[in-house]
Amino acid sequence: MTDIAARGYTDPSVLVSTSWMADNLANPGVRIVESNEDPLLYPSSHIPGAAEVDWTRDLNQPIVRDYLEKEGFEALMGRIGVTPETTVVFYGDKNNWWATYAFWIFQLFGHSNAKIMDGGRLKWELEGRPMTDELPSFEPTGYLAPKRNDSRVRAFRDRVIDHMMADGKLVDVRSPEEFSGKRLHMPDYPNEGALRGGHIPGAVSVPWARAINPEDGTFKPADELRQIYLQEQGLKADEEVITYCRIGERSSHTWFMLTYLLGFSKVRNYDGSWTEWGNLVGAPIEK
Amino acid sequence: MPEADRYPAKLSKLLRRITAAATRAERIQTLIDISRRYREVPQRIATRPYTKDHEVPGCESGVYVYTEDRDDGTLEFHFAVENPHGISAKALAVILADTMSGTPLAQVAALSSDIVYDLFGQELSMGKSMGLQAMVQMVARAAQRAAGAVTADGVG
Repeated sequence: MTDIAARGYTDPSVLVSTSWMADNLANPGVRIVESNEDPLLYPSSHIPGAAEVDWTRDLNQPIVRDYLEKEGFEALMGRIGVTPETTVVFYGDKNNWWATYAFWIFQLFGHSNAKIMDGGRLKWELEGRPMTDELPSFEPTGYLAPKRNDSRVRAFRDRVIDHMMADGKLVDVRSPEEFSGKRLHMPDYPNEGALRGGHIPGAVSVPWARAINPEDGTFKPADELRQIYLQEQGLKADEEVITYCRIGERSSHTWFMLTYLLGFSKVRNYDGSWTEWGNLVGAPIEK
Repeated sequence: MPEADRYPAKLSKLLRRITAAATRAERIQTLIDISRRYREVPQRIATRPYTKDHEVPGCESGVYVYTEDRDDGTLEFHFAVENPHGISAKALAVILADTMSGTPLAQVAALSSDIVYDLFGQELSMGKSMGLQAMVQMVARAAQRAAGAVTADGVG
């Protein structure tokens, strides 16, 4: 894969390479954060010095389906020793699904000093770089966060309905079988947490994985991404776009790519996604 | 009935050991230790590429289930977990292979996928819990089929 700076991204600074990470393991201005789907993965091994931010325990509220509020975010940042000046670099399993999800939630609190390690855990391990099961400790910080601001990067149901009615662009990043509704009816498959299968009317299907190189999880160069999202799907960088999947994790990967790598200015992630829409009484569905 | 007693004896015993952990970190470490005992399906049973009819549906860790008939009429379970990051899937594969192999088919056939939450706790993502539950369901179905309760193709 070519150097990140040579791939033509709108904002290449938001990605760091594995070699950059290796050079900055001891950098006190950098906090490495691992976010995974598998709760056993970080405790089994992680990049030396990395903190864990767990999607379920750290970023979600236990009762209401919503993300943590200002106080919870401040406590989290204090626990992992982050200040507003700290550069937070996320990585994780599943080609960085959960890393981009955590990155996205950090943007709800305006922590823009954040980056993704290109290729995630997969690439780091493929390169034989060091891992440890030693748990790091951090000097607690007193982080003051602003009130959570959902308006810029998060879409709620009513906005999605208005967007759909106005023929706005929606990108469904799930698999073709989920998009068509076929998987919900496939024998032996677990139900998708939804009563109905299909997609939001007018959505285009672009599975999230089309943005990456499968062999190492790195993002494709900008010209290849533009071919897929602009030429093939007709998206425009200055138009409002809403991404969604099942719960908003895969679509945060596409949100990240459209926003930072292709420079789309108004992309929002609909984290209610199919687990909300596919259960919503009266919501229109296409198959 | 205590939670652990809802399951076949060997699984109940293991579950009691895991849930006896004083902290979440201890429980996780126990599960990690178990995952390190994972050995993929022996070559005499199956070799790559593993076939679709043995794949656990809906599991993103690329898990395959194989069975072998035992002389006592029960089944020996074997697993392949293709995702190197699928630590939870490997732990569950070891647990199911250890505790369901040699267990009477009727008990395996009745195995509840609730075991996933009893082992791993409630703090699993939807995708992860569905994938792990699908592993349990596939094991139960294999036993149902071996016992003649179902006839669908898929495991064996």
